[in-house]
Amino acid sequence: MFNLFLLQLLNGVQLGILLFLVAAGLTLIFGIMDFINIAHGVLYMVGAYLMATFAAATGNFWLGLLVAMPAVVVFGLALEVFLFRRLYDRSHLDQVLATFGLMLIVTEGVRMIWGSSPIFVPVPELLSGSIRLLGIINYPVYRLAIIAAGLAVAVGLYVMINHSRIGMLLRAGASNRPVVSALGVNITWLFAFVFAFGAMLAGFAGALVAPVLSVDPGMGGSVLILAFVVVVIGGIGSVKGAFVAALLVGVVDTLGRTFGPILLQMAMDPSAASQTGRTLAPMLIYILMALVLAIRPSGLFGRRAA
Amino acid sequence: MSDSPAPTTAPPASPAAPLRRPRLFSRGAAALAIFGLMALVPLVAHLSDDPFLTVAFTRILVFAIAALSLDLILGYGALVSFGHAAYVGFGAYAVAILSRHGITDIFVHLAAGIGVAVIFAVLTGAIALRTRGVYFIMITLAFGQMAYFFFTSLSAYGGDDGISLRGRSTVLGTDLLAHNSVLFYVTLGALVGLYLLAAAVVNSRFGRVLAGTREDALRMQAIGFRPFRYQLAAFVIAGAMASISGVLLANQAEFVSPAYMSWHRSGELIVMVILGGIGTLLGGVVGAVVVLLLEEWLSVFTTHWRMGLGLVLILVVLFSPKGIAGLFERLLGRGK
Repeated sequence: MFNLFLLQLLNGVQLGILLFLVAAGLTLIFGIMDFINIAHGVLYMVGAYLMATFAAATGNFWLGLLVAMPAVVVFGLALEVFLFRRLYDRSHLDQVLATFGLMLIVTEGVRMIWGSSPIFVPVPELLSGSIRLLGIINYPVYRLAIIAAGLAVAVGLYVMINHSRIGMLLRAGASNRPVVSALGVNITWLFAFVFAFGAMLAGFAGALVAPVLSVDPGMGGSVLILAFVVVVIGGIGSVKGAFVAALLVGVVDTLGRTFGPILLQMAMDPSAASQTGRTLAPMLIYILMALVLAIRPSGLFGRRAA
Repeated sequence: MSDSPAPTTAPPASPAAPLRRPRLFSRGAAALAIFGLMALVPLVAHLSDDPFLTVAFTRILVFAIAALSLDLILGYGALVSFGHAAYVGFGAYAVAILSRHGITDIFVHLAAGIGVAVIFAVLTGAIALRTRGVYFIMITLAFGQMAYFFFTSLSAYGGDDGISLRGRSTVLGTDLLAHNSVLFYVTLGALVGLYLLAAAVVNSRFGRVLAGTREDALRMQAIGFRPFRYQLAAFVIAGAMASISGVLLANQAEFVSPAYMSWHRSGELIVMVILGGIGTLLGGVVGAVVVLLLEEWLSVFTTHWRMGLGLVLILVVLFSPKGIAGLFERLLGRGK
């Protein structure tokens, strides 16, 4: 039982790390630009597809990653310059409508180019196989690598946001945008940077997950809702909050699905337990979000009501 | 949250609004034109020998009711509910579950659907209204998803796959609704009735207070209103109206599934309202008609019709900020 718990805990952390990569960009864009980007999940999806394509073309995972990352950034920047830039001073609802439209277009575009059937990406040679942890469980090396890469990004983000000039501008922008602009900071440039950066993180998450999950056109939509849940639980604009919330959501969701029915079996008969467990497990993260918001209406690390 | 200017709810001809620019069409005339055209659909379907037309437009009217109810809280209360499809689902499941147990009367279905919707709206609304803006959007999504997963797990009633109905609801023991054109006119009648009800709500003192809290909740509080009560009441009314659309949807499709309640559906309802023009009531109706017709029409030409819909949405946002209603107002108001 403890082995299973450890295994699922690691899976939960891995899911949390991926959610953090997507949510970090989303919360920055949200907090700094006051911009609701429904199409953020699209960047995650495009990252995965570009990764699949370039990895297959070069025959090498690392070369594929090296080419896919700048490609996602270019894609994200193109979206910023041609569409999002015109939407910053519009109402949230207009932003929702336009980026929802964009999501439809890109998802359909992906379907036209790559088809609807899932694409598989092989795990790189270097990270294949599994490793024995604590002498009791075997865990795939690649999944550990995802966790390590995500933690490295989190540390890098922490250093960048709290100890660099650009990070200072980001923090200032998140708390008071007009003043930052009045102090002579080029807001247009800052926004484009934040956007490209968010696109890169989401694309990176997509590329990382490509060998673990199948790459399909539905992947953007499902991760988007989870990422929004993470952003809201963490508090809009807070990268630290996104990190805590992402791990919380990842672990609660994964453990709930495995252990919910098992725990319930102690209280009721097996068939009823598995039935109730199936009901409750997917609800858990939403119950978690509703609880957090009912107690703290602007999220765990939110400064004020949006 | 809502940057839209105050909606012009009073008819332009009324002496109470002498400063307002006269328009070619008042909103009442536009509503009359739209509902009048709709009433001709079964006739056109009969003449062109295309019975599918009536069925397709019944579905459009059903979603028009749902979008109308969402506009009541979204447009007039700035309450962006991202879980509104749940209420449509309550109505639909009231039909499915009661019919399964031999209770087929539509009035019982309506009472049950509305009852569940009201209870759910009171409980979740009271919690959700503690939050503002984006947090409100997400907490309503959370409650919507809970309802969705609850019905997904009801394996006795089809679970994930949904459940087919043996027949439509009966009306006082008769199977009137079995005729497609009767169901169409019942749905149209419900739409017109609920539109008039929503217009009455918006124009009442209650509606004015609601619109006031949308503009500035703090000021409304300062002059002695409690925004929470008004917002919650509006939230409950909208939920009850949406559940009526659900009862009709189940009858139209003769099939009910949790997919009716998924966040995609809630998102589509929001898209319909914004596309049509928020805070106009008629906008939600127009948005539902346009989105569903585009869906039908574009899917004839290509399986990639979503791309066309996406383009339309972006173009509307970029070039007509107040949605289709705003576009019409500009076109018809020009030159005056």
